[in-house]
Amino acid sequence: MKLTLRIWRQHHRTAKGEMVDYHLDDVSEHMSFLEMLDVLNEKLLAEGKDAIAFDHDCREGICGACSLVINGKPHGGFPNTTTCQVHMRHFNDGDVVTVEPWRANAFPVLKDLVVDRTAFDRVMHSGGFVSVNTGGTPDANAIPIAKNEADIAMDAAACIGCGACVAACKNASAMLFVSAKIGQFRHLPQGKVEQLDRAKRLVAQMDAEGFGACTNTYDCEGACPKSISATFIAEMNRDFLKGNLCEP
Amino acid sequence: MKLDAKVPSGPIAQSWDSHRFEMKLVNPANKRKFSVIVVGSGLAGASASASMAELGYEVDCFCFSDSPRRAHSIAAQGGINAAKTYPNDGDSVWRLFYDTVKGGDFRSREANVYRLAQVSNHIIDQCVAQGVPFAREYGGLLANRSFGGAQVSRTFYARGQTGQQLLLGAYSALCRQIGVGKVKMHPRAEMLDLVVVNGQARGIIVRNLVSGRLERYAANAVVLATGGYSNVFYLSTNAKACNVTAAYRAYKRGAGFANPCYTQIHPTCIPQSGDYQSKLTLMSESLRNDGRVWVPKNQADCGKAPGSIAENDRDYYLERKYPSFGNLAPRDISSRSAKEVCDEGRGIGPSGYGVYLDFSEAIGRLGQNVIQERYGNLFEMYERITGDDPYQTPMRIYPAPHYTMGGLWVDYNLMSTIEGLHVIGEANFSDHGANRLGASALMQGLADGYFVLPYTIGHYFASQKQTPVTIENAAFDNVEKETTERIRKLLSIGGNRTPDSFHRELGRIMWNQCGMARNEKGLRAALQQIPALREEFWKNLRVPGCGEDFNIALEHAGRVADFLEFAEVMCHDALERNESCGGHFREEYQTDDGEALRNDDEYCYSSVWEYQGVGNTPALHKESLTFDNVKLAVRSYK
Ligand SMILES: Cc1cc2nc3c(=O)[nH]c(=O)nc-3n(C[C@H](O)[C@H](O)[C@H](O)COP(=O)(O)OP(=O)(O)OC[C@H]3O[C@@H](n4cnc5c(N)ncnc54)[C@H](O)[C@@H]3O)c2cc1C
Ligand code: FES
Repeated sequence: MKLTLRIWRQHHRTAKGEMVDYHLDDVSEHMSFLEMLDVLNEKLLAEGKDAIAFDHDCREGICGACSLVINGKPHGGFPNTTTCQVHMRHFNDGDVVTVEPWRANAFPVLKDLVVDRTAFDRVMHSGGFVSVNTGGTPDANAIPIAKNEADIAMDAAACIGCGACVAACKNASAMLFVSAKIGQFRHLPQGKVEQLDRAKRLVAQMDAEGFGACTNTYDCEGACPKSISATFIAEMNRDFLKGNLCEP
Repeated sequence: MKLDAKVPSGPIAQSWDSHRFEMKLVNPANKRKFSVIVVGSGLAGASASASMAELGYEVDCFCFSDSPRRAHSIAAQGGINAAKTYPNDGDSVWRLFYDTVKGGDFRSREANVYRLAQVSNHIIDQCVAQGVPFAREYGGLLANRSFGGAQVSRTFYARGQTGQQLLLGAYSALCRQIGVGKVKMHPRAEMLDLVVVNGQARGIIVRNLVSGRLERYAANAVVLATGGYSNVFYLSTNAKACNVTAAYRAYKRGAGFANPCYTQIHPTCIPQSGDYQSKLTLMSESLRNDGRVWVPKNQADCGKAPGSIAENDRDYYLERKYPSFGNLAPRDISSRSAKEVCDEGRGIGPSGYGVYLDFSEAIGRLGQNVIQERYGNLFEMYERITGDDPYQTPMRIYPAPHYTMGGLWVDYNLMSTIEGLHVIGEANFSDHGANRLGASALMQGLADGYFVLPYTIGHYFASQKQTPVTIENAAFDNVEKETTERIRKLLSIGGNRTPDSFHRELGRIMWNQCGMARNEKGLRAALQQIPALREEFWKNLRVPGCGEDFNIALEHAGRVADFLEFAEVMCHDALERNESCGGHFREEYQTDDGEALRNDDEYCYSSVWEYQGVGNTPALHKESLTFDNVKLAVRSYK
């Protein structure tokens, strides 16, 4: 099929960006979206032009690196799908496809489609862990954990930290990402000890990074390629409030 | 090059304990005076960085991705082994040790493997304490499954995302240390060379991938946790950015490279669909617990819909050839068997290079909901890529490069032949011999990072005097100058071909001639083709843009340049080893029924290669292997 790609080009962080049109003539429906961009980049390089920078690595939907807004939707808006898992069979001959980076103040563009997501890491540094050192831990089966609780923890832990939730949210809020980490730990006995303190610390860092507030529209949940549920946001709010009331 | 493995004497079951006692300790108040550079933030690098920082060392950790959490370890699906023996099925530390030595086709170092089996149990305890949500039974205890050629259930897992959960566990420990300032994290930073001062590894040269500028870092020791080199084949199950540069640069600075020809081809991957293919996707091997592998008995049936081929006309070749292991036969054997039936013309799918992995029997026996519970996300992934529904029609699979057992040589303390340069995780050669068993790489990465290196590095610091070295040292000037020059050269060729086109061509040479099966003729041809391709690379490459910039083509070009040299070392190694063992199958050396024919009289050693200049045959050194605890035997899975 033939496609027109309308892609965001921006040379560096402070440069002014613009949408640039590219044409590809023989896109196979079996290609992945990123393979289609590879083909375009090969063409650009062969012409001596600068390749389009985009983040990617595993190309199987688990590392969370890929991060494109395709036709206005993070990861293209396909259910439970990351950009790297989008295949060209979902597009038609003659389509005009827009490709943009995540848009959020807390995620500045570094180049073209690549954004800086280290704000997520800094949120994690502030308390996204159980405070145990290596060694001296009890036998793994010493504390039984009900399967349904472990399953909920796993549902939350499935977050790949891609940032689609932020990109989808009109407030650029990071509540889904932050609540998934809090949610994972609050459903496990190992994480319970620091539950309230963790919520306070992560929320404080989230605010400091310039992410927006949550107004409960749940676009984050809809955009999440790992189906992280917005109920974790409710749980996080409860922990945050309780943490501030009990030990302000 | 001197190879002293420093294996402790005495009975193997006590060697790690007695070694730990004999190792020197660094006074707690002095630990902060020692700094360590860790390159890599996968399971090995993240766990080592966190654990060393907890002890008090000053750590600088580097990775090329935008966050340490995205290291390639994240993609591991199946699980992690440990000798916990929770299922009461006869497992033990000794059995895990035995299985790993045998699985490695008797080409690993016994003492290292024993230690690995020993610390495996602590890993599970550690991960659970960190909040890793392993799968559990209804009673609340941890679930286990049997995996990849094991006859006991010793594999712990977290749905189909074990690597992700273990890495996020290690990442969380790393984050905690970054938060308190004990680890300085450097994302989007690529190590381009090692700085050796007075024979000791004392620093690295790094390219900041955003600004493009070179930076220098000095420390008391350097740790490489940079993963494997499967991407030498271009198409592999590894993440796109995985590369050999860090390990290869260390090799060029004097670190011995061991057994580069031991590469693992994973039997269950989705077959290639076209020339634009950028990578291959693994379907977890756990699928072989319930899936049955087959091809049509008759070539004439190959084009037919699988459902229309009668039971009698199917060849369940693994069950037929290996009745006691069946579909769970180890990876090297399963992969080679798939190649065999496809070479006979009985492969399926458009390319003829595919076999079926069929769940209909298991779905009939257990119900679709059970299969969904076990493999739901894998089935979804398969359908998303291929457009086929594996609940209805069998999956199509074919082997693909997956893991590299070879790596930088290390002694029992995980130190390479360069003093102070330690190597952990997939980047070293240590524990898997010629073939790795499923669920053992995660175990090894975390064993090295949490439980071995943090001890042995202290011993290194405590046992020798170091002169202070800063980044002003002349050695840094020289190495940085060489790096700058290399980058300038890559940018100035102005030819006609892209880095990717060279990488693909190299991959084809390696897959065809140094892949699943090798022979002398093919290897000799590859040793002609690779230098020719390298020569063309340096004449006809085109990398637009400049060095001090975010330049993805330049990043790739540098990695391809190193692959183009490294591939030759691999072929030399494969050619020198006139036997078949594990992942190294030389067609000249097989039994009458096509099984690998090892030659213990002449090849019971690890080959360690020493750099002699680009294009020159590297010098071979041998670490001979002795088997005092597991008797050398033919590895049979019949
Ligand atoms: C698809 C797949 C599934 C797998 N499933 C399993 C499984 O179920 N069980 C199992 O046991 N094993 C499995 N494996 C193998 C296992 O995942 C890997 O062997 C293991 O995770 C490697 O960990 P590592 O820490 O050594 O390296 P990696 O996780 O590869 O990390 C390498 C790190 O080094 C950094 N790095 C590399 N070079 C440089 C450089 N020059 N400069 C700066 N940084 C650099 C990278 O950024 C990265 O952080 C699987 C592998 C694949 C491909
Ligand atoms: S590239 Fe890893 S999730 Fe898309």
